[in-house]
Amino acid sequence: MSLRIVVCVKYVPDASGDRAFTEDLTTDRESVDGLLSELDEYAVEQALRIAAEADDAEVTVVTVGPEDAEDAVRKALQMGADKGVHVEDDDLHGTDALGTSLVLAVAIEKAGYDLVVCGMASTDGVMGVLPALLAERLRVPQVTLLSEVAVADGTVTGRRDGDAASEQLSAALPAVVSVTDQSGEARYPSFKGIMAAKKKPVETWDLEDLDIEADTVGLAGAWSAVEDATARPPRTAGEIVTDEGEGGKQLAGYLAEHKFI
Amino acid sequence: MAEVLVFVDHVDGSVRKPTLELLTLARRIGDPVALHLGAGAAEAAPVLAEYGAVRVLTADAPEFGDYLVAPQVDAVQAAVAAVSPAAVLFPSSSDGKEIAARLALRLESGLITDAVDLTAGDDGPVATQSVFAAGFTTRSRITRGTPVITVKPNSTSPEAAPAAGTVEQLEVTFGELATGTKVVSRTPRASTGRPELTEAAIVVSGGRGVNGAENFALIEALADSLGAAVGASRAAVDAGWYPHASQVGQTGKTVSPQLYVAAGISGAIQHRAGMQTSKTIVAVNKDAEAPIFELVDFGVVGDLFTVVPALTDEVKNRKG
Ligand SMILES: Cc1cc2nc3c(=O)[nH]c(=O)nc-3n(C[C@H](O)[C@H](O)[C@H](O)COP(=O)(O)OP(=O)(O)OC[C@H]3O[C@@H](n4cnc5c(N)ncnc54)[C@H](O)[C@@H]3O)c2cc1C
Ligand SMILES: Nc1ncnc2c1ncn2[C@@H]1O[C@H](COP(=O)(O)O)[C@@H](O)[C@H]1O
Repeated sequence: MSLRIVVCVKYVPDASGDRAFTEDLTTDRESVDGLLSELDEYAVEQALRIAAEADDAEVTVVTVGPEDAEDAVRKALQMGADKGVHVEDDDLHGTDALGTSLVLAVAIEKAGYDLVVCGMASTDGVMGVLPALLAERLRVPQVTLLSEVAVADGTVTGRRDGDAASEQLSAALPAVVSVTDQSGEARYPSFKGIMAAKKKPVETWDLEDLDIEADTVGLAGAWSAVEDATARPPRTAGEIVTDEGEGGKQLAGYLAEHKFI
Repeated sequence: MAEVLVFVDHVDGSVRKPTLELLTLARRIGDPVALHLGAGAAEAAPVLAEYGAVRVLTADAPEFGDYLVAPQVDAVQAAVAAVSPAAVLFPSSSDGKEIAARLALRLESGLITDAVDLTAGDDGPVATQSVFAAGFTTRSRITRGTPVITVKPNSTSPEAAPAAGTVEQLEVTFGELATGTKVVSRTPRASTGRPELTEAAIVVSGGRGVNGAENFALIEALADSLGAAVGASRAAVDAGWYPHASQVGQTGKTVSPQLYVAAGISGAIQHRAGMQTSKTIVAVNKDAEAPIFELVDFGVVGDLFTVVPALTDEVKNRKG
């Protein structure tokens, strides 16, 4: 039987750019170039690995995001995923995590799945809650924050390295998984992969296709609101010395002066 | 006065510091009611009371240890039904965030994660967050339902404020989702004998410049002379020189100590994301152009293999 894997990927502003807010206090997705969230490359990688080990598997990439977000889907297709779904609708602007989880859950069900693979967190919002929210919405087990993952005989297993302990987890499919950046280096698209991706199908769905009321998502449908956003004042330039034999002593002097010693 | 539900993070009844910070913050909004799940409520209760818990709700069941996250969601949901709190606060641990998120969905309430401060507002609690690698500070509010908020460690200093801390048993019925993900085995993280990274007043971190696992002894010696925790950049972790549990940055721990010492770390945006809010930052790096120097209060351009041992010796001398 075929294993249907859905990978959730997010298109995010490049972290090395000057990320900012727009006037309505949502993330500015125009001023900084976007890309496939680096942490979701690990999700694509693990999905492809699991698919390669299965007898017969299909990997579908899903993203919820603005027009340009299709770039994130294309990159995943170049890496080797089979097909893509891009959920795009003007009414989605400003959707919070709870709303995004609704849209993704409906899209994942429509696409059909046995296993959902997510990244550990998006590099812009960094909430790391979407996988848990998806599990709750889809009413399937969450097997999250894995540094190691494997699927065999309808069961997903993996290792979760928590704050206090490392846990070995196991759940029956269907399930939602998220993987960390410790799960294994993501592959680069090959030239062949880049060429092949051009012919791979990407469907675009809007809220109507998903039967979702516009007022349940977007900025107006969000259950939390940003009141203000202030740029952090740049740290005032400190004192820099060049070590000419006394650097360690000088630093100790500074620490003593500030009562750290 | 309204009650605020506080989720207790503990290891067999030994309450972790972020929970005491949560109780301290909760008192700004209402009377804290602590929720202790699993074993050890008897040991935890006096500590929770000392930091302001008017009541301690407790439930113990094998499900809490045998399955991931979902049993806790059932329990907090039961606690919310019993208490009708003005807000529910969680520590921003991996488990804390996931439980909070699923709870918010069930309550049809708004969710705020990784707050670094919390104040009472006219329309409910106002949470301060540090976003885009600490480049911005935002203030947010929940606009629907019972506010569910997770708070980062070190967001405030715990202040004692003794309260009754009456222990009450909470009835929990587990739903069908509770037993979905089995915890097959659990290996407690070995103690380093040093302060907890996220809780330490001083953190000394080493990066690629340390150039080898064996050289981390230099970083550890400096840390020990200062009574500090040891951190590492991802480059050092990926090279296998130091465990991932010590990684500072976007995909590691966020630290906000009084003093952060960076040795052989360039200061990439993802590293800054985890340490930029430190009160004082000092660095040793042989490249005068390294971006870490834009952040420092005091920087030494030099070779860490000479500067760090000299610093350690001088710290020991001064401490006598
Ligand atoms: C999605 C994503 C998430 C990431 N998450 C994290 C994260 O959580 N934490 C993190 O740290 N990084 C993270 N990174 C990686 C980050 O981008 C950098 O690659 C990393 O922080 C670099 O580590 P470094 O400063 O130790 O190494 P380098 O950038 O190589 O810097 C080494 C520095 O050491 C100096 N040096 C060398 N030898 C000496 C010497 N003898 N004495 C003094 N100085 C010396 C050099 O001048 C240089 O400045 C992430 C990246 C991505 C894409
Ligand atoms: N808009 C989105 N579209 C598709 N997947 C997403 C989206 N937002 C988040 N995800 C997935 O959920 C994970 C966690 O995101 P977050 O909870 O936002 O930090 C990411 O690594 C993605 O796998």
